[in-house]
Amino acid sequence: MQWETVIGLEVHVQLATQSKIFSGASTAFGAEPNTQACAIDLGLPGVLPVLNEGAVAMAVQFGLAIDAEIPETSLFERKNYFYPDLPKGYQTSQMAQPIVGRGEVEIVLDDDVRKRVRIHHAHLEEDAGKSLHEDFHGMSGIDLNRAGTPLLEIVSEPDMRSAKEAVAYIRALHAIVTYLGISDGNMAEGSMRCDVNVSVRPKGQETLGTRAEIKNVNSFRFVERAIEFEVERQIEVIEDGGKVVQETRLYDPDQDETRSMRTKEEANDYRYFPCPDLLPVMLDSAYIEHQRSTLPELPTEKRNRFETRLGLSAYDAGVLSSTRPMAEYFEAVLVVCGDAKQAANWVQGELSAHLNRENIDISNSPVTPEQLGGLISRVLDDTINGKAAKQVFAALWNNEGQSADEIIDTRGLKQVTDTGAIEAMIDQVIANSPVQVAQYRDAAPEKRGKMIGYFVGQVMKASRGTANPQQVNGLLKQKLDEA
Amino acid sequence: MAIEHADVLRAAHLARLGLNSDAEAAGYVDDLTRILEMVDRLQAVDTDGIAPLSHPLDTTQRLRPDEVTETNQRDAFQACAPETADGLYLVPRVVE
Repeated sequence: MQWETVIGLEVHVQLATQSKIFSGASTAFGAEPNTQACAIDLGLPGVLPVLNEGAVAMAVQFGLAIDAEIPETSLFERKNYFYPDLPKGYQTSQMAQPIVGRGEVEIVLDDDVRKRVRIHHAHLEEDAGKSLHEDFHGMSGIDLNRAGTPLLEIVSEPDMRSAKEAVAYIRALHAIVTYLGISDGNMAEGSMRCDVNVSVRPKGQETLGTRAEIKNVNSFRFVERAIEFEVERQIEVIEDGGKVVQETRLYDPDQDETRSMRTKEEANDYRYFPCPDLLPVMLDSAYIEHQRSTLPELPTEKRNRFETRLGLSAYDAGVLSSTRPMAEYFEAVLVVCGDAKQAANWVQGELSAHLNRENIDISNSPVTPEQLGGLISRVLDDTINGKAAKQVFAALWNNEGQSADEIIDTRGLKQVTDTGAIEAMIDQVIANSPVQVAQYRDAAPEKRGKMIGYFVGQVMKASRGTANPQQVNGLLKQKLDEA
Repeated sequence: MAIEHADVLRAAHLARLGLNSDAEAAGYVDDLTRILEMVDRLQAVDTDGIAPLSHPLDTTQRLRPDEVTETNQRDAFQACAPETADGLYLVPRVVE
């Protein structure tokens, strides 16, 4: 039997606000336990939550970025359940009237195939604290610093058909939220967490199979592996005559498997009701239009522009638009040198190689885009050849000069294009290499092509790499062949 | 809508309320049944064309600027916690 995989995702994005969603406590990562948990976060009696405008603005920006409807009114509700890291006994969330309505995210698959994933809605909610289960004499320790941190939960329709599509979708969301600057997107620190709904059905069948929900998968790679494992497991269950049960599962990266957490017998019995502490949120069109005016160019728009207006390949456009710092670096280089193809090659080639080798983020690159642009300009106007350009780049990387021009000057790397000067060097090399010259001249013409490499090398060495290689080649051939 | 003994036990479990006896549960069956009868009467009112009311106050949510205004008061808060260690609140062990 041919099986089809159906995947929907709920992605929790931690918003990059300074303070919590309903209190003025800090959201900074890594503080001492419970030093950023105030009376509101702790749910102490008599406190009143007040909604953070920054969180609202970020949610609206996301909604606008995915072409979603932003309803005039949205509402906060209480989702009731008991867990020690949720001191109030409920999570303030949204259900019936979320802040962001239906939208769409474009994902890019292999061979530049595009697909649209529908977004059901996105809503604002507060995060819970953290439980630490190390040994505290048989007790659990609770850190409530994270309690009340604003989250945007983005709920997709079940539109993905493979683990690869799911990963492409998360990458697309990651690019959107980091371009917008509404999240740092740091998956290792939990800034993006995914719940993956997976089911399988016989190919051609309309109705969806029973799904399992894999909770809290927190890296691109784990999403892919968790889905692949879960799909195999479900197919095996069905082919062995069993039934998939609707349940919550956890992905264990060490064992590379998913395990049942609890069956959802009390599924969704969270007894949502409108939060009496929070009034309806009204957003007028002026507010929404103001947020729209703050939107930067988004990843898909950038990618398309790089391809159509700058003439880059689909691959280059994809890589260079993948993160905002990368795109901004590339565009800054382009402004200086004016050649998109060269800028793309240098950013993805020499620069990326150096950054990867030393594990440095492009936003902290020791070579500035202005310096790299200046270097490329000197290649484009033939001031230096490719070999010297690499030397200049290395010098810029090691902070051995302020600009390409300075390094070219002080090191005498300017390309020698003066025919007379090159000829003089060639004559010298020929005079110093009588044996090689004799061998060359005795050789059959079809073998000479290879043998000339020796002489080119000698002349380049004599010029300390600065001679124009094409000129050297041409002149050498003339002189060696003329006898 | 009728409410039964099992519904009361389930609601009590979800709300983590301890009921001491069957008689206590039976009392809630009666109380809740009467409340639901009143809800049924409310349901009979024709509300076509009226937007659902989520809050009795006819006003909207005020928004707070995104600024850190709280200071660390951990010691004060933890003074009334039953047990703490290393800055953490301690609770009976939670098993996932």
